[in-house]
Amino acid sequence: MENNGIIIQIRNLSKSYGKVHALENVSFDVKKGVILGLLGPNGAGKTTLVNILTTLLRPDGGTAMVSGFDVLANPSAVRSRIGLAGQFAAIDENLTGRENLELVGTLYHLPRAIAKKRAQKLLEEFSLTDAANRLAKTYSGGMRRRLDVASSLIGEPEILFLDEPTTGLDPQSRNELWTAIEGLVNRGTTVLLTTQYLEEADRLADHIIIMNEGKIVAQGTAKDLKSNLGKSVLEVHVKDRQKITTITTLLKQFDPSVNEAVEVVTIPITMGTQMLLEIIRQVELAGVELADIELRKPTLDEVFLTLTGKK
Amino acid sequence: MAETNSHIAEQGLRWTISDIVAMTWRGLVRYIRLPQLLVFSTIQPILFLLLFTYVFGGAIQTTQDHYINFLVPGILVQIVIFGSVQTGVGLAEDLSKGLIDRLRSLPMARSAVLMGRTLADLVRNLFVMVLMIAVALIIGFRPSGSIGAIVAAVFLIASFGFAFSWVSAAIGLSVKNVETAQVAGFIWVFPLVFASSIFVPIETMPSWLEAFAKISPITVTVNAVRALMLGTPLGDNLWQSLVWIIGILIDFSMLAVWRYRKI
Repeated sequence: MENNGIIIQIRNLSKSYGKVHALENVSFDVKKGVILGLLGPNGAGKTTLVNILTTLLRPDGGTAMVSGFDVLANPSAVRSRIGLAGQFAAIDENLTGRENLELVGTLYHLPRAIAKKRAQKLLEEFSLTDAANRLAKTYSGGMRRRLDVASSLIGEPEILFLDEPTTGLDPQSRNELWTAIEGLVNRGTTVLLTTQYLEEADRLADHIIIMNEGKIVAQGTAKDLKSNLGKSVLEVHVKDRQKITTITTLLKQFDPSVNEAVEVVTIPITMGTQMLLEIIRQVELAGVELADIELRKPTLDEVFLTLTGKK
Repeated sequence: MAETNSHIAEQGLRWTISDIVAMTWRGLVRYIRLPQLLVFSTIQPILFLLLFTYVFGGAIQTTQDHYINFLVPGILVQIVIFGSVQTGVGLAEDLSKGLIDRLRSLPMARSAVLMGRTLADLVRNLFVMVLMIAVALIIGFRPSGSIGAIVAAVFLIASFGFAFSWVSAAIGLSVKNVETAQVAGFIWVFPLVFASSIFVPIETMPSWLEAFAKISPITVTVNAVRALMLGTPLGDNLWQSLVWIIGILIDFSMLAVWRYRKI
């Protein structure tokens, strides 16, 4: 079915809403068993892409093979091999957590005994056993999200699509969900995850695709993206905060930026070692006393901002 | 090969039925879990029944000695029409909560989402009707039709409500928003309900309105139900009602399915 362990193959996918190009000629492959992070701001086309891959939306052009089946030619074969947890927690509030899972199990046409068994197992894995027999409307946001993701797993899908799974969750719930998602890969499930949070992509994804305005602007591992795309950054900490202005004026040609709160001047290192030495020499000549000076790799946020051109 | 195909078709049919049963159960559970939904869908018609029997009834001249005998068949039809508005509201709610997206990504029969909802509302309508008939009997409703005819009348009303559920489904899937579905569902129902033979004989209406009320699907259905329950002649009402029901069912189930596919 899949070749070379490629489980999702996307070629020249396009979708427009009127004059807005939600997706423009998007192509990429996803290997079996990885977590792929689709990273981008609102309106980047992430949800449109997920909706096409989960057969909810027809593309205007291009092809997408999911688990070896064309999403347009054979949508029902695709549906029986995927799970989707969309942007909203899609649970029935008038059913209990357990009933929600069993209902989705029935709709995957699982035999009743298996549906019940898997529901029980998922309730345990997602820390919902205590609330299993309570109506879902009494659940907290984090619990709803976990139940939603658990529901999408009851069919034991080969690929799980998670569309912004942690949007709106508090940090603790977010962490719990992250741990659960990481656990999925151990069972061999391929995960395609969209997110606006760089931290989330950095922590979870083996491979990251950064999208902006319907196009792929960069891809690679978090490490690749940071080292290839972002410039190293020099952080200059002065002893006397009055001297911050002196430093910025002095180093004006290097495009410094100031973080007043922590009294740090940061300078992107665009021209390597030579530039670094030049900066230090000039600071020394001016006689400004430094508390610390540090050269570091950019954060994913800085990479992201460079790529999408948003500040 | 032919045998394999028929086997697959048979399994497909079994799964479709199992999907519909699961979705119908899910639609009914909400009434068990949200008893206020059921209470409100019965209290309101009971209030109507009492209001028309005791307040307006004395002023309305009908073919019946007692207004309540004229009223009950009509009010039963009114209940299922108002009840059918819930079909669209429920679907709009599922849509806005993202539940429909989840269901559409499952390998289930797509028809089961709409069938489950309309069947659940059909069962609810039957329940409310039985309750209403019980209340009506207590306050003096005396049908003179045979038991068989009364049961047939109840099923005619239920089928009528089922057809209206599909109209409501098409509306709910088009407006996609709970509040709008509520308003849009009632707006067109109200004039239809009052410009019919539910509460008053249409002969008392101005001639232009009478002409409209006469051909209304509600009027012919109410007349058929009244004839069955009270043992009066059916005339053309029964077949005209059945033609309306089948026509509405075909047109609006197609429209609703089309709207569902377009989501």
